[in-house]
Amino acid sequence: MFLINCPYCGERDQQEFKAGGEAHIERPKQPTELSDDEWAEYLFMRKNIKGVQFERWNHAHGCRKWFNMVRDTSNDEIKAIYKMGEKPPAQ
Amino acid sequence: MTKNLRVKSSEYIDETNRISFKFNGKTYHGFKGDTLASALLANNVHLVGRSFKYHRPRGIMTSGSEEPNAIVQINPGTNRTEPNVRATEVEIYDGLEASSQNCWPSVEFDIGGINNFLSPFFPAGFYYKTFMWPASFWEKYEFFIRHSAGLGKSPTLNDPDIYDHRNIHCDVLVVGAGISGILAAKNAAKNNFKTLLVDEKNEIGGSTIYENNEFNKIDNKAPSEWLKKEIEELKNIKNLEIKTRTSVAAYHQYNYLLARENLTDHLETKDKINKIRQRLLKIRAKKVILATGALERPLIFNNNDRPGIMLSSAIKKYSEFYGVVCGSKNVFFTNNDSAYESALSLYNKGINVEAIIDIRKQSESKIVKKVKEAGINIYWSHTIVDTAGYKRLNTVSIMKLSNDGTSVTGNKIFISCDCLGVAGGWTPAVHLYTQSGNKLKFDEEKKVFLPNQNSSEQISVGSCGGDFKIDEIIKNLNQKLKDTLNIKETDLDNIKIEIDQENSKRNIWLLPSDKPLGKTKPFVDYQNDATAKDIKLALREGFRSIEHVKRYTTTGMGTDQGKLGNMHALGIIADTAGVKMGELGTTTFRPPYTPLTFGTIVGRNVGKFFDIFRRTPMNDWHVENKAEFENVGQWKRAWYYPINGETMHQAVQRESKAARESAGILDASTLGKIDIQGSDASEFLNRVYTNAWSKLAIGRCRYGLMLNEDGMVYDDGVTTRLGENHYIMTTTTGGAANVLGKLEDYLQTEWPELDVYLTSVTDHYATASLCGPNSKKILKKIIPDLDLSDENFPHMSFKEINIGNIECRIMRISFTGEQSYEINVQASYGKSLWEKCIEAGKEFNITPYGTETMHLLRAEKGFIIVGQDTDGTMTPIDLQMDWIVSKKKYDFIGKRSLYRSDTMKEDRKQLVGLVTDDPNTVLEEGAQIVSELNQSPVEMLGHVTSSYFSPNLNKSIALAVVRGGKNMMGKKLFVPMENKNINVTVANPVFYDEKNERLNA
Repeated sequence: MFLINCPYCGERDQQEFKAGGEAHIERPKQPTELSDDEWAEYLFMRKNIKGVQFERWNHAHGCRKWFNMVRDTSNDEIKAIYKMGEKPPAQ
Repeated sequence: MTKNLRVKSSEYIDETNRISFKFNGKTYHGFKGDTLASALLANNVHLVGRSFKYHRPRGIMTSGSEEPNAIVQINPGTNRTEPNVRATEVEIYDGLEASSQNCWPSVEFDIGGINNFLSPFFPAGFYYKTFMWPASFWEKYEFFIRHSAGLGKSPTLNDPDIYDHRNIHCDVLVVGAGISGILAAKNAAKNNFKTLLVDEKNEIGGSTIYENNEFNKIDNKAPSEWLKKEIEELKNIKNLEIKTRTSVAAYHQYNYLLARENLTDHLETKDKINKIRQRLLKIRAKKVILATGALERPLIFNNNDRPGIMLSSAIKKYSEFYGVVCGSKNVFFTNNDSAYESALSLYNKGINVEAIIDIRKQSESKIVKKVKEAGINIYWSHTIVDTAGYKRLNTVSIMKLSNDGTSVTGNKIFISCDCLGVAGGWTPAVHLYTQSGNKLKFDEEKKVFLPNQNSSEQISVGSCGGDFKIDEIIKNLNQKLKDTLNIKETDLDNIKIEIDQENSKRNIWLLPSDKPLGKTKPFVDYQNDATAKDIKLALREGFRSIEHVKRYTTTGMGTDQGKLGNMHALGIIADTAGVKMGELGTTTFRPPYTPLTFGTIVGRNVGKFFDIFRRTPMNDWHVENKAEFENVGQWKRAWYYPINGETMHQAVQRESKAARESAGILDASTLGKIDIQGSDASEFLNRVYTNAWSKLAIGRCRYGLMLNEDGMVYDDGVTTRLGENHYIMTTTTGGAANVLGKLEDYLQTEWPELDVYLTSVTDHYATASLCGPNSKKILKKIIPDLDLSDENFPHMSFKEINIGNIECRIMRISFTGEQSYEINVQASYGKSLWEKCIEAGKEFNITPYGTETMHLLRAEKGFIIVGQDTDGTMTPIDLQMDWIVSKKKYDFIGKRSLYRSDTMKEDRKQLVGLVTDDPNTVLEEGAQIVSELNQSPVEMLGHVTSSYFSPNLNKSIALAVVRGGKNMMGKKLFVPMENKNINVTVANPVFYDEKNERLNA
């Protein structure tokens, strides 16, 4: 059970949060101009890395804010947490 | 069998408090402080169970939670019965009953014992290999296998006890209250760390408080005396909480640990009532100090499992702590010095120690000299090659070990005995350490797996960290405490320690016998009857991974999780396969460390607290009027209102007719309601719904369909424009929370530039939906001032008005096809609004209807229910709802996906109506649809999603999804059922009032 440092509320138990999948996948601005393959790339393709992964998390049972997390999936170490719109930390 | 083997008064046993208990129906006596195991041993009862596979007689092996054999059923046949409980952990109380498991008809005479003589036919993987053929016979075999296998019996009565959960936050959690844990906790608390010390036993002090090695001294005192003084001092320390009978079950990431605190299991039944039995502690600690100690290993030799064969350390604990001797003629078998302490413990009490068999060539330690001086026979370089005694050990036979330890030589010597103490060295209890996600390293010298790291958040101290001698323990503990707590001094800095230095050992994982391995039974996992033979067989058959060998042989898979034998299994595999143990690694230690009851896991979340439920403000009225309820998400919704003993069908038919012929009323308070405000609210709706919203006039309502980005229908509902920048959106009852979450996600992450604010107001409003041709007249009675003409208040429009002082929001919208008004008031006025409507509607025979009638009425109109007629694979086009998809809008969620090659296929499943050839046959929802009856296999074209008998049309109607259904209008299809085939015809899904004339009638 992670202890997650919500950038708005501070450290809270994992059960207050919802995981939201891979981070930094921007919704295409002009979907109609994409080929089926390009749209499928956005829609379906996600990485599943053993190691450092960038993820979206939501403080669903708290402030309800979305934020980003850098997590090492091999040992569940949370390496960084930053707000939506902020640049990911350099690795 | 009535011989009392109590040898001295122990300070931990209250001999003034005599306790009577029953084991296998027979009454025995023990004292307060005894465990079931110590009390049975005091009564000379060793035979307590039968093994799982061969049903061999088994006795008590250990004195703790690692016990593999002595597992019993507590209080059989009562509502407090519990299976698979370790007799070594049960504290006795007056009235306790326990019985043996896995034996029939009794532990003394067990028919399954025949398996022991058939054991050559039961090798590892026996069941996998044998019962695979013929495959169809498995069901027949299974019946017999299931009946002869199994441990205890699950309780069948309701558990009368209360269980609880508690969250605990502390600076330092110390697990294990032996000498290391106590000293760690004391120093942490003294340095102002809020400290919690837990131990699974009822007394703290670990093995040191009954330590009897006279050659070990701390500050010139016996370690036991010294530690008792330390324990006394704990009472005066602030910041320190001690919990005994508390076993840490799991150690998760970020120092989150689960522990079970046992509160009443040791009490008499009358004292258990109305108390919390067990509490699950959810501990979040800033730092964790593991002081879980070490478990003594047995030795692996032929027939090493008979009742009377025990761990040497257990014999010492029974003797020193409980004042019980386990036998009158004792023999020890060892590879290190610790058995000599146990032997001396018995010798000092005048108990016969026949011999010590030591596989080492010699030892020069003081304690060994002391044993020699006592005149106890020591057989150096010898091993036990066999044992005898079916229900109780009576003889061991020993032979000299060859120099390389792989064979035996010379003459066989027989030693008569009734108890054998086995000492195979110590295994650090690293279970919790590995659960926390950290790796182990193998120490070649000590032949144990040790924690690979200590960190600022977690340290392993004492023997679980690899320190076995008291001087090493104190020295390393002191340094680790300073490092992890960041403190400069401790009260361990100036402790003077003397120890008996010599402690050589010789490690042979599988001891040889004069018989070939195939003719012996050297048990590695006692509970699952896995022998060294089975492990070697698995290796011969090609298994290499330790995880595979474990599963194939079931080594380590019992309720004890192989706490005793896992190291031997690894050692035997390593030796046989010629690899290093460090390279082999260990199997995964999974939580819980010891079994948890289901009660502890669920805590208070039972009965009506199992899940949250939500009730509408009108709920009391529904209850008073005998509504049946159904669960919709967490909501309890009125399902139908039977009167005069009506069946559900009769009630629904009546309600449906009434709603169309005069007036009905539905509690629609559960619909999700989201208040949307901000200067970009219209643009936001444009992006999340498939249709256009910019031109919706203030005071008007519009139905919207929401898709996922993959183009599939996600939710639907009516949204009303309350002001220039203000909307109220309704969602489906079950989808409300997810819809809000999805909208917030887009606003925060994709479109943060939009000025939009979302607030869930589902619980703030109560909604009564008036429906039917007389609904207008009823509303007029309630609000005479409101102009209800179609010109002033047309379909799909909204009015804000007061009923008395109560503010109302009224939407003229319809989910039934009838003229309908949804009246929203503040939740607290919901019931009075409802009662006002009922009162005003009396003259029109207003009929309350539930969700089932609502579903029927909307099905007559072909309106979909998201989640019933859709399943996450339906696009609006599939639903024949092309009309709601804007062609003009540049983008909305899911739009691009509607033009993917897959979503544009003509032969996707599409929503159609079905009518049965026989109007009285009602299809089953979920029934499959085919176009051919005489073909096998036949393609499944689709399935029925909604089906009812329509009282208003006087015929059966159904909605269905059918592959290519859009182009099948009028086509005959079949719904094959178990006993008959039903002929159906594809129809328009709008069965009733296709031109919507009733909305304004």
